[in-house]
Amino acid sequence: MEATVIYYNAPMRRPDPFEMLREMARAADFRRQATFPAVNLWQGSEAVALTAELPGFRPEDIDITVQDTTLTISGERAPVSVADDAVWQRRERLYGKFVRSIGLPFRVDPDKVEARFVNGVLQIVLHRPEEDKPRRIAVKAA
Amino acid sequence: MTTQTVTRRDGQPAATATTRIFRPLTDIVETREGVHIFMEMPGVAAEDVEIDLEQRILNVRGRVHPKSPETFELVHAEYAEGDYERAFSLGEEVDADRIEARMQDGVLSLFLPRSEEAKVRRIEVKAG
Repeated sequence: MEATVIYYNAPMRRPDPFEMLREMARAADFRRQATFPAVNLWQGSEAVALTAELPGFRPEDIDITVQDTTLTISGERAPVSVADDAVWQRRERLYGKFVRSIGLPFRVDPDKVEARFVNGVLQIVLHRPEEDKPRRIAVKAA
Repeated sequence: MTTQTVTRRDGQPAATATTRIFRPLTDIVETREGVHIFMEMPGVAAEDVEIDLEQRILNVRGRVHPKSPETFELVHAEYAEGDYERAFSLGEEVDADRIEARMQDGVLSLFLPRSEEAKVRRIEVKAG
């Protein structure tokens, strides 16, 4: 396990130039990541479910739209507000806006989309429209 | 920023064969009043966070209870579920009795207040 050493008594310490470079790279928002958020897709016979990790977002910061077979989730996370004299010791989290579109395996009923947000994990369940559901055709004996 | 490896007392990582352990993404901000730590632990409820302080090593653990939606089959995975663990070694200036922790929307916020005597004091130089 790794530990972070926090130095309090060295305010005159020179910043690490490599840390500064990493800091610059991090100054970009979610767009620097190829895909954000990471999603898992779950399929059932008449519905599809999607889960995504969005820690630190509030439910009202997340927008979900569905059109045909495309689900789009977007949102924005504001950076932590700190005092002017605050010193960042470590900055690994990302901030800003994201948009992600996901292709669904079938058309979904936009009126039957359920979304829940629990402990920073978004769960969306999308149902197939009634008329598109597979029907079993009985084979009659001649 | 320096990092160092802290060996657990039993010399073994806490991982078990069945659960994965992730290192949560962390922001650390230091102010005059103390240190704020923000850790991303999606899927962890407030009651599943354990924080221990031992020998000035602050150990944070978050447990996930994986639950796959019933009647659904996982067809595409970009992330895995697992527990979270990370340790921080605290400076002597932290007032260990007043550490505050709050869990909201999968982010654990910790505040480690600086002890009163450790707060930086400015000494005025008088002329004359």
